Amino acid sequence: MPELGKYAATVLSAYGVSLLLLLALTGVSLWRARRVRAELAEVEARTKK
Amino acid sequence: MIALLRRDLTLALRAGGGFGLGLAFYLILVALVAFGVGPEGALLARIAPGILWVGALLACLLSLDRIFALDREDGSLELLATAPLPLEGIVTMKALAHWITTGLPLVVAAPLLGLMLNLPGPGFAWLFVSLLIGTPALSVLGTFGAALTVGLKRGGLLLSLIVLPLYVPTLIFGAEVARRGAEGLAVQTPLLLLAGITCGTLALLPFASAAVLRVNLR
Amino acid sequence: MRSLWEYANPKKFIETSQRVLPAVTWASVACLVVGLIWGFFFTPEDYRQGSTVKIIYLHVPSALMAINAWFMMLLASLIWLIRRHHVSALAARAAAPIGAVMTMIALATGAIWGQPMWGTWWVWDPRLTSFLILFLFYLGYIALWAAVEDDDTAADLTSILCIVGSVFAVLSRYAVNFWNQGLHQGASVMRAGALAGDTEERVSNVFALPLFVCIAGFVLLFVALVLLRTQTEIRARRMRALVARERRG
Repeated sequence: MPELGKYAATVLSAYGVSLLLLLALTGVSLWRARRVRAELAEVEARTKK
Repeated sequence: MIALLRRDLTLALRAGGGFGLGLAFYLILVALVAFGVGPEGALLARIAPGILWVGALLACLLSLDRIFALDREDGSLELLATAPLPLEGIVTMKALAHWITTGLPLVVAAPLLGLMLNLPGPGFAWLFVSLLIGTPALSVLGTFGAALTVGLKRGGLLLSLIVLPLYVPTLIFGAEVARRGAEGLAVQTPLLLLAGITCGTLALLPFASAAVLRVNLR
Repeated sequence: MRSLWEYANPKKFIETSQRVLPAVTWASVACLVVGLIWGFFFTPEDYRQGSTVKIIYLHVPSALMAINAWFMMLLASLIWLIRRHHVSALAARAAAPIGAVMTMIALATGAIWGQPMWGTWWVWDPRLTSFLILFLFYLGYIALWAAVEDDDTAADLTSILCIVGSVFAVLSRYAVNFWNQGLHQGASVMRAGALAGDTEERVSNVFALPLFVCIAGFVLLFVALVLLRTQTEIRARRMRALVARERRG
């Protein structure tokens, strides 16, 4: 851990907020991708019949 | 086109509310701001130009969704679109009608409300001029927003979300003219920029509005 | 001769992007991990800003991507309006939330940095204000996509909004400049490699190298997310079409 001095809270919260937002965005994208893919597979299977 | 303008104006007059509602809203807004920040004259005088501009902008926003919605409901919008008039012209006339029914009364009323807000003496003329030059841009931009959301069921909130960011440059330059005028500074630069924005939007935006309207009527 | 327009075919796009996606993803993760760790652990403190200088590795790349994402949406919108490739419209739709999140990161890190440095979370500085306006434009754009039911209509409307919005975003940028001279420092990153000039203002190499790695990471992350989300949009659209056909019988 590097010495962050008196600004430790500032730097850490900036990294925390940003990484959280990036992860949330990626997570939501992946989750939606998976769900839509599954739903599409289901609909395709149904319409093939 | 003149006939269309006359028709829109008559409709707005007959329906009532067109003139009055925006003005009443403007008055209430100014009163609310005074209640909010307190009755201190010097403070009100300082913020008066900005408040009067923001108020005009919001009052303008209030009646935007009526530009096309009524015509859409009774089907006359489709008729207009198939009329020999170019859609760009129709859109411009709609914006003009909106400006005459909403923008112009606001421009006239603003100096009166300026009295209530203790606006400094030289500010009145410049407030009037800046609103007179700036409000047409607000109407034209608003027509674009109204054309975008005409087919939507709950377009009102979306309309403000889309239109308000578009109002930013007009508001900045307009309020700047009024502020500098009130403080007795030179107003030429923001005034010219404001006029430039108005001319630019007047010249170009009807094409965008017409294109959007065509998409929505498909 | 293979042309770029081949990817206008959704199937082709999905196939190719499927192949490219893992590489881009891992490259972006690698760049981000290397860049951020390098920046966080192995760079010295600035003599004036102390350790808060480390925020630059998030702030500058996200701000860059916030603007570039809008550019990409503008391009995609133009392609949709001119050549009517569906993938293009859907890519613009896919990029918008990413751009909005990037704007949020830039604003949040900026505010957190500004608190100790300028003594305030927020100032009505031209750069901050224009980013706020950009964020509002993103919100309006996303909301319009969500509100219109028919896909093609939505694509047309949002494309035109994107073009008009671009003009007004630029106008606002200059209007805001006029309105208030700011506290924010000028763009010093691009002058990092400049030979002469004011050494005081430019970002020195110690900070610049990890910063470039981070920027590369953000760009790659953006590309990966756009590819993934565009695939999702294509599938969602296909699903809607199938369901609609099924209903009609």
